[in-house]
Amino acid sequence: MSSPHETAEKSNLHALTPVEKAGTSLQTQHELNPGIEFHPEALDNIRVNMSAVGRRTATLGGRRTVKKQWQAAWLLKAIACMDLTTLSGDDTPGRVKRLCAKARNPLRHDIVEALGIQDLHLTTGAVCVYHEMVPTAVEALKGTNIPVAAVSTGFPAGLSPFKQRVEEIKQSVKAGAKEIDIVITRHHVLRQNWQALYDEVRAFKDACGQDVHLKAILATGELATLRNVAKASMVSMMAGADFIKTSTGKEKVNATLDFTLVMIRMIREYQDFTGYKVGYKPAGGISTAKDAMAYQVLIKEELGNEWLQPHLFRFGASSLLADIERQLEHYITGQYSAYNRHPIA
Amino acid sequence: MTQASVKDIYETMEYGPALESDSAAREWLKSRKETVEHYIDGKFVKGTKTFDSNNPANGEFLAKAPLGTSADVDKAVAAAKKALGPWQKLSCYERSKYLYALARLIQKNGRLLAVLETLDNGKPIRESRDIDVPLAARHFYHHAGWAKLRDAEFPNHEPCGVVGQVIPWNFPLLMLAWKIAPALAAGNTVVLKPAEFTPLTATLFAELCDKAGLPKGVVNIIHGDGSTGAALVEHKDISKVAFTGSTEVGRIIRKATAGSGKSLTLELGGKSPSIVFEDADLDSAVEGVVDGIWLNQGEVCCAASRLLIQEGVADRMITKLKARMNKLRIGNPMDKTIDIGAIVDKSQIQNISRMVKIGVDEGAELVQPDFAKNMPASGGCFYPPTMLLNVQPSSTVAEQEIFGPVLSVMTFRTQDEAIEIANNTRYGLSASIWSDNINMALEMAPRVKSGVVWINGTNMFDAAVGFGGYRESGYGREGGKEGMYAYLKPKYQKTLKPHSEPKKKEALKSGGTVEAIDRTPKLYIGGKQARPDGNYSLDIHSAKGEFVGQVGEGNRKDIRNAVEAARKAEGWSTSAHHLRAQILYYIAENLEVRKNEFAERLSQMSGDSKSVSMKEVEAALSRLFTYGAWCDKYDGQVHTPPSRTVAVAMKEAIGNVGIICPDDAPLLGFVSLVAPAIAMGNRVVVLPSDTAPLAVTDLYQVFDTSDLPGGVVNIVTGKRAELAKTLAEHNDIDALWCFAPEAEMSKQVEQMSISNLKQTWCNYGMAYDWTKPYAEGEEFLLRATQVKNIWIPYGE
Repeated sequence: MSSPHETAEKSNLHALTPVEKAGTSLQTQHELNPGIEFHPEALDNIRVNMSAVGRRTATLGGRRTVKKQWQAAWLLKAIACMDLTTLSGDDTPGRVKRLCAKARNPLRHDIVEALGIQDLHLTTGAVCVYHEMVPTAVEALKGTNIPVAAVSTGFPAGLSPFKQRVEEIKQSVKAGAKEIDIVITRHHVLRQNWQALYDEVRAFKDACGQDVHLKAILATGELATLRNVAKASMVSMMAGADFIKTSTGKEKVNATLDFTLVMIRMIREYQDFTGYKVGYKPAGGISTAKDAMAYQVLIKEELGNEWLQPHLFRFGASSLLADIERQLEHYITGQYSAYNRHPIA
Repeated sequence: MTQASVKDIYETMEYGPALESDSAAREWLKSRKETVEHYIDGKFVKGTKTFDSNNPANGEFLAKAPLGTSADVDKAVAAAKKALGPWQKLSCYERSKYLYALARLIQKNGRLLAVLETLDNGKPIRESRDIDVPLAARHFYHHAGWAKLRDAEFPNHEPCGVVGQVIPWNFPLLMLAWKIAPALAAGNTVVLKPAEFTPLTATLFAELCDKAGLPKGVVNIIHGDGSTGAALVEHKDISKVAFTGSTEVGRIIRKATAGSGKSLTLELGGKSPSIVFEDADLDSAVEGVVDGIWLNQGEVCCAASRLLIQEGVADRMITKLKARMNKLRIGNPMDKTIDIGAIVDKSQIQNISRMVKIGVDEGAELVQPDFAKNMPASGGCFYPPTMLLNVQPSSTVAEQEIFGPVLSVMTFRTQDEAIEIANNTRYGLSASIWSDNINMALEMAPRVKSGVVWINGTNMFDAAVGFGGYRESGYGREGGKEGMYAYLKPKYQKTLKPHSEPKKKEALKSGGTVEAIDRTPKLYIGGKQARPDGNYSLDIHSAKGEFVGQVGEGNRKDIRNAVEAARKAEGWSTSAHHLRAQILYYIAENLEVRKNEFAERLSQMSGDSKSVSMKEVEAALSRLFTYGAWCDKYDGQVHTPPSRTVAVAMKEAIGNVGIICPDDAPLLGFVSLVAPAIAMGNRVVVLPSDTAPLAVTDLYQVFDTSDLPGGVVNIVTGKRAELAKTLAEHNDIDALWCFAPEAEMSKQVEQMSISNLKQTWCNYGMAYDWTKPYAEGEEFLLRATQVKNIWIPYGE
């Protein structure tokens, strides 16, 4: 790739400042991705060989595994990286409050103690809700460092009027959301209209303002090819996405390891290109501890340990936590657990 | 590290140990009293002398194994011979059921086999569990099918008999499966010698043979070293030898079996290239290189040990590779998170270190991951993944097989240069081509000289897709239909009788008078009549001893010129099949016009009646039509291995084929051999009949008038025995067919073929009746081609 547009912010990019706050552990503050000018030529060299990608993801599970206390630790990390989510038509404030309570205390106290991790003050990475539920969630999470993420921009299809979508972001930010999960217009991708995609995400980014993370949902299951997924990833990052995210959870195919591999390789490419670190969020269908670890392994192998932290990695999940709780109890007791032994979200 | 707390790990997010248990394997070893034994005639048999098999990852003793003597080999071969009759009397269905049972048993004992393999060989448990064992089971399943279909799919064929097989230590169980499954499916019985370093899984396999109820003596296993292997391959009751291992030992075996009539397949070394074009998915290509050279510590015959990168992306690719190397994990191969295990033996580490040092001394830049500085100690044999940059084709490390985790990196500018460098090797086992441009990839695949080509992939294997090499990587294929032919022989062979002692032709008078205008034929080289280098001529006499005419007496230099002309005619091999067919028909057309003259000439030399000679000419015409017909019909296959891939099995010409013609039927014998060879795209250098060469020299004009491109057929007359020697030793002859009446010549040809390991096809002095149906058809086409399997994964 040719040299990117140099931005003024770039010089102090790599400074990572660990910030200790109640309710979080090792949350690292890092510079958001300001984006760069649109470089269409950066897309020209993007090649994704689907079969080779599939072989990498299919064999990785056999090449890496974590057992015993390593598994327990990794699963705790998965909790810290979890956007505990409810995105249903029948969500109510009561339901959201319950979810937030779980986000604050994701594990039973006896499990926390048995694991010796009281100091971690473990919480989920965020709570993710519809705009309508943002005030409830903000209120319920008061006193913690848990951000509220709002899905936005005509989620899940993203086909409502453009102005309305931009306005939706502004309203959610105003309501206290710290993270905005936008959806892109799929037809920009399907029609290879990368400039339009760039402009759209850029407008959403501007609407988020300086302090709010933008997560760009690519709806990978609707983008037809892995090459499209790769290019949409790159364009979204150029336009300032702080995270790229696979899915709304409403597509026929949601997060997969193949999509993940393609997207995180683009994150690495973008970092090489610009120096900026962009986060990754798989969402939809990740419901078992085993699934979660497969993603963690892939991230660790391709991007490194830094990307296993919540500032650069999130799971979008609703039922994953329950399975992790069961596995942790099994780790402690050596006996298989049951769902009814763990408080629901 | 095992003391690390959950909280510590939460911060570091490191991997922990994940050890596969070896308790079942230990119990198994204990059950065998830490001693493996020969398996002869369905019984385990102790040896006299023993050697130790150790775990290369920590040097620990695993088991004692017997060093097979020639007496042990005799017993095993005798058992296999005794078992042959009853085994062959079974129906295809019965034999198929045994193979199916073995497949099931391998699957059911998969983990034990994998653990034993890792303990014995040092390869990561991930590989033995996910690659070696499943592929071995798959091989038996696939060949259970061939066993069932043998009679339907291979009519006019029969098993070779007792098969002697020698396998290497890098994939002990998998190579055993590749050897035993097709041998049994075809109806042979087997004596197999596992490698000295790795006797364990073969012993467990012998137990599985018992469990499967396999009749005694059908499979025999003899442990030992090179001397045991030598006794096996040289055993007189062995009809076929199959060997996988080093090219050096392959040569020894070729020489030892020369002239014995034993059929031989060799799967030898390689220096296989990965070719990365600038339009490749580089991240995927990096993974391909990882699997290509760092699988099994690089101890793989088809290891992708040369990386050729297009200059425009070389820096990016190398940067990515360096980063990727640091992610590899080396250590205890029983750990499920280990990528690189132990090298099989200390001696192998020394070889690798020596080669790397040579590479560096010759100017290469050494790149190893950071962890190379703290390699696992613990008495194990470990060598870090290694990359040598700035390697030139002239470097030793670009030329010679290292058989370790060492990658030699080179660059190229254009696709033509990529092919030139890729083919600039004595070997030709496999190649990977990385390009997202299907036009580029499909252009490159046929141009690489190798038995396997993987497009955008590496080390893909399937029992249905033949595997094997070009050039000094060996001959014969393993897997698929082509692999079955290696364990079968045509039934007519047993009907052949040795040539009767040729009637001595006493020249009635020395020399003779030339009738009418002298037309002493010259040699036919590069489409031109060339005066023999030595400028001597030989007299040719009729059966009655009358002077018939003269031919040029070719010498070494004429052979050299003929081979050079053949090499220059390479375009023939990629010419359109339709064009080759047209030319063969055209030759027939032009010969037909002159058939009287040819018949007279034959009669003159043989003393046969004109009608007999005319029949030979007619048969030659018919044969030309046969191969004209076959030109565009002997097609390859499309395999569909169990992944989203097609594997195209292309039948390619072998290259320069030397043909030593029989004396009987001087015209028909010549046509029977030359026509299939050129029909399949080979270029030939032919030594015609000694006694009646004029039948062939008269063809020069026929060729000239039939649009046959110069250099496709080259004919050198002269003293056949001397010329055959030069031809057999020539390093640019890729295959040599010997149908001379003297059995000794077949032996010499095979002995002298070892320099470049040319494929040989010999009659061992047996007389072919060239008028019989067996004298044309598929066997000839099989011999004239080699299969290249091109794996094409697809999907966007």
